[in-house]
Amino acid sequence: MVGKLLLRGMLVGLVAGVLAFAFARVYGEPPVDKAIAFEEQQAQAAGEAPEPEMVSRATQAGIGLATGLLVYGAALGGLFSLVFAYAYGRVGSLGPRGTSALLALLGFLAVIVVPSLKYPANPPAVGNPETIAYRTELFFIMIVVSIAAMVAAVGLAQRLWTRLGAWNASIVAGLAFLVVFALVKAALPDINEVPENFSATVLWQFRVASLGIQLVLWAVVGLGFGGVAERVVAVRDRRGPTRRYA
Amino acid sequence: MSDTTFAPTYGPVAIPVRELLPWAIFAGLMLMLAIYFVGAEEGATSLIRGTAVHEFVHDGRHLLGFPCH
Repeated sequence: MVGKLLLRGMLVGLVAGVLAFAFARVYGEPPVDKAIAFEEQQAQAAGEAPEPEMVSRATQAGIGLATGLLVYGAALGGLFSLVFAYAYGRVGSLGPRGTSALLALLGFLAVIVVPSLKYPANPPAVGNPETIAYRTELFFIMIVVSIAAMVAAVGLAQRLWTRLGAWNASIVAGLAFLVVFALVKAALPDINEVPENFSATVLWQFRVASLGIQLVLWAVVGLGFGGVAERVVAVRDRRGPTRRYA
Repeated sequence: MSDTTFAPTYGPVAIPVRELLPWAIFAGLMLMLAIYFVGAEEGATSLIRGTAVHEFVHDGRHLLGFPCH
């Protein structure tokens, strides 16, 4: 049962990765190329020797990008299916499609949108190599805290569900999540390593493309997985809960 | 104790945790390792020497929002 869900989740994730690759080619690569051109121009102006190209740009933007997005997509789909396997039948009385869509929405907010409001994606040329360890650490702390806050908020909504009703319980839980986010956002240090004369337009295009890629991934997984999971869970749903006689 | 009820139900039936747990642990770890290789290997930490992995997935890493370099 879980194995079937996992396999299907990873396959849906692969499909999401293929679509995200197409999206990234069209909307992501132009700002990446512009950022790299800026980086080279800066290096040249500073009189530095050009960095040796270990992997050609064509490879990075082609098979490299595809590999990254397909692996990420499959892993996202697999992890999503495991969370679904736990949440299904436990979070409200939503069916498989509804559970999957709701999980993807909450996951997209908690894993992508909220952390990126604090630590947004950066194109090449933005970011000091000396602070990579520090930035990576903060980035993952932000994601972990955001996921924990979302799990707590869902728990809070469930607790208030019967007392306040579905709408009010969700609103209260949503507000609680926002308060936690505001506190964490204020507590963690800011990072701004954008070079002074870096194009604001390129930065904006890059960040929108980055968010768009994630939106493609999560939307395809959230909407696609519900459909394939429906057939897997239908068998058990019809049979009812496992009865223990022994 | 919803899994000891005898009334027929047609709603969603939760998967017992003991059935889920081995999958969650093993598959969960493998999948997170895959994300680590796309997102962070040869950046802040490095399991393999060199920068080949980093350079190969470079564009994906930037566009997926991971700190790259």
